[in-house]
Amino acid sequence: MSAIPKGPRPKHLTVGRIGLYCFIIMCALFFLMPLYVMIITSLKDMDEIRAANILNLPKELSFYAWPKAWSQACTGFVCEGLKPGFFNSIKITVPSVIVSVALSALNGYALAFWRFKGAYFFFGLCMFGAFIPYQVMVYPLLKIEDFLGIYSSLPGIILVHTIFGMPILTLIFRNFYASLPIDLFKAARIDGGNFIKIFFYVIIPMSTPITIVAVILQVTGIWNDFLLGLVFAGRDNQPMTVQLNNIVQVDYGVAEYNVDMSATILTSLVPLFVYFISGRWFVRGIAAGAIKG
Amino acid sequence: MSMKNSVEVKNISFSYGKTEILNDLSLDIKEGEFMVLLGPSGCGKTTLLNCIAGLLDLTDGQIWIEDDNVTWKEPKDRHIGMVFQSYALYPSMTVEKNLSFGLRMMGTAKDLINEKIKKAANLLQINELLKRKPSQLSGGQRQRVAIGRALVRDAKVFLFDEPLSNLDAKLRAELRYEIKKLHRDLSNTMIYVTHDQIEAMTLADRISVMKDGLIQQLDTPKQIYNKPANLFVAGFIGSPSMNFLKANFDKSSQKIIVGKKQIDISKYENINNLMNDQEVIFGIRPENINIEKNENSISCKVELVEPMGADTLVWTSIEGNPISIRLEGSSNFNLNDEIIISFDINKSSIFDSNSEERI
Repeated sequence: MSAIPKGPRPKHLTVGRIGLYCFIIMCALFFLMPLYVMIITSLKDMDEIRAANILNLPKELSFYAWPKAWSQACTGFVCEGLKPGFFNSIKITVPSVIVSVALSALNGYALAFWRFKGAYFFFGLCMFGAFIPYQVMVYPLLKIEDFLGIYSSLPGIILVHTIFGMPILTLIFRNFYASLPIDLFKAARIDGGNFIKIFFYVIIPMSTPITIVAVILQVTGIWNDFLLGLVFAGRDNQPMTVQLNNIVQVDYGVAEYNVDMSATILTSLVPLFVYFISGRWFVRGIAAGAIKG
Repeated sequence: MSMKNSVEVKNISFSYGKTEILNDLSLDIKEGEFMVLLGPSGCGKTTLLNCIAGLLDLTDGQIWIEDDNVTWKEPKDRHIGMVFQSYALYPSMTVEKNLSFGLRMMGTAKDLINEKIKKAANLLQINELLKRKPSQLSGGQRQRVAIGRALVRDAKVFLFDEPLSNLDAKLRAELRYEIKKLHRDLSNTMIYVTHDQIEAMTLADRISVMKDGLIQQLDTPKQIYNKPANLFVAGFIGSPSMNFLKANFDKSSQKIIVGKKQIDISKYENINNLMNDQEVIFGIRPENINIEKNENSISCKVELVEPMGADTLVWTSIEGNPISIRLEGSSNFNLNDEIIISFDINKSSIFDSNSEERI
């Protein structure tokens, strides 16, 4: 018996569909597994952890690891937990993000609209800068900062993050601005805007989506950075990631896995939070750049 | 219209990289004149407009606006207002802010700004839209706002870059009428770029027909339509376009010979400039062909009929060359009807087939 085609297409659950769902669910489980282990381990006490049933739910909830990771765990010789690192990371991330995003927006605007002599060369240089592994430049930069007298200080690490963020951010902004109609810029020039006025009155108000993308990229990138923080920040300004490493890599005493796990979760909360509140913007910005860029 | 020049383009050249777009081009535009730059895409008309606006830097030459050498001046210092095809309204600003942006940049007093906006809004009937964002406007409304933006700046010269090309046919006719009225009321100098010959014919005091960066003909719409300077202008202006027949001139009989057919052209104004056996291209507009029998008529067959309401287009052919004839809308013809046609030689154009120049 065959139905007469009419109205909306009937829904079929085909074998292919079922297979697809199974695959997606398995992928999700696979990536959620470590998170699950981290969370339950952080809620067990050490006796239970030593019992080595890594996937079992805790028999008794124990919250002692969380405050310890936050304010008592030993990072080297000091035992103040991750708290100082958290505030160091904020002190590093906030100015680095603001400076690098602001300068990159200005650069991208200049590259997209004011086709100065050598703009293409500069554009190529940015491409080159965006794809070169930054480990190569750590030592020369260290010598330069040492010469400038800002090595191992807060301004020192902020400068490094700004420098390494700018090539890719400049490209992102340039591509976004290149997708705006050039007539808009021409109209603003006839209306009497100069380089700075057009940027502030016409371009910035249109930059919200791409700025959000840039901020997300920079916040997560700088917050998650370990190497640069270790090398350039100095002992007093060590970011959260470096202190996390110090907690986990104990050379003496007992390894407290529950503390390690809660410390790791605490460190990753900021990027996680950023993704959750801005995922929609992130996808939109990337997609806009991908289609028109 | 006075005799004074408002805009003078003096021997300008413009190259984009190694591609030369304009070469040694000169053009004078009189005060209060409506000048249309007309041509197919890629002819350099928009480039010329951008050069006048100061949005592109010349490779050579000078531009004078209102007796002032503005060749190296910034766009904002050239007393111009410009309207773009894409409207180019600032999307983050309301209509009011869009209109006042230029004045605010110049530091004009608030009272004066409000007064000017009011005046422009009244003139363009956009009073109700002042608080809206451009995204909440229709295409026609956006273009009105864009024109308003040029108005409030008290520009001496208005530049239009294909302002109506993004609008649908009905709206285009409406705004065309408004722009013409605006020019009548303000009598500013206006330079208008378009590829639409109807816009050019209806709006212009003078049309400059361009091709490959060169001005092919600069004259009134009437002259350009009736006495095209060369084959390109003749073919570009007019829709349906002019009919062309390749022919040879026979001096003794004062006839041109098209295959086996002969056409007496003794009434052509410049017939004395033709040489015996010269290869020519005979051009005649569809409306200058009549259905009538006389000593100079040719008989042929109806091949296609296109009724267009006001008139009817009848297609036939002479020695294999398609010929269109524009007749009254009421005329009735059927396929394969025998018709006898004659040409209004006074209104024809004859071109040399080598130089393609009008004779």
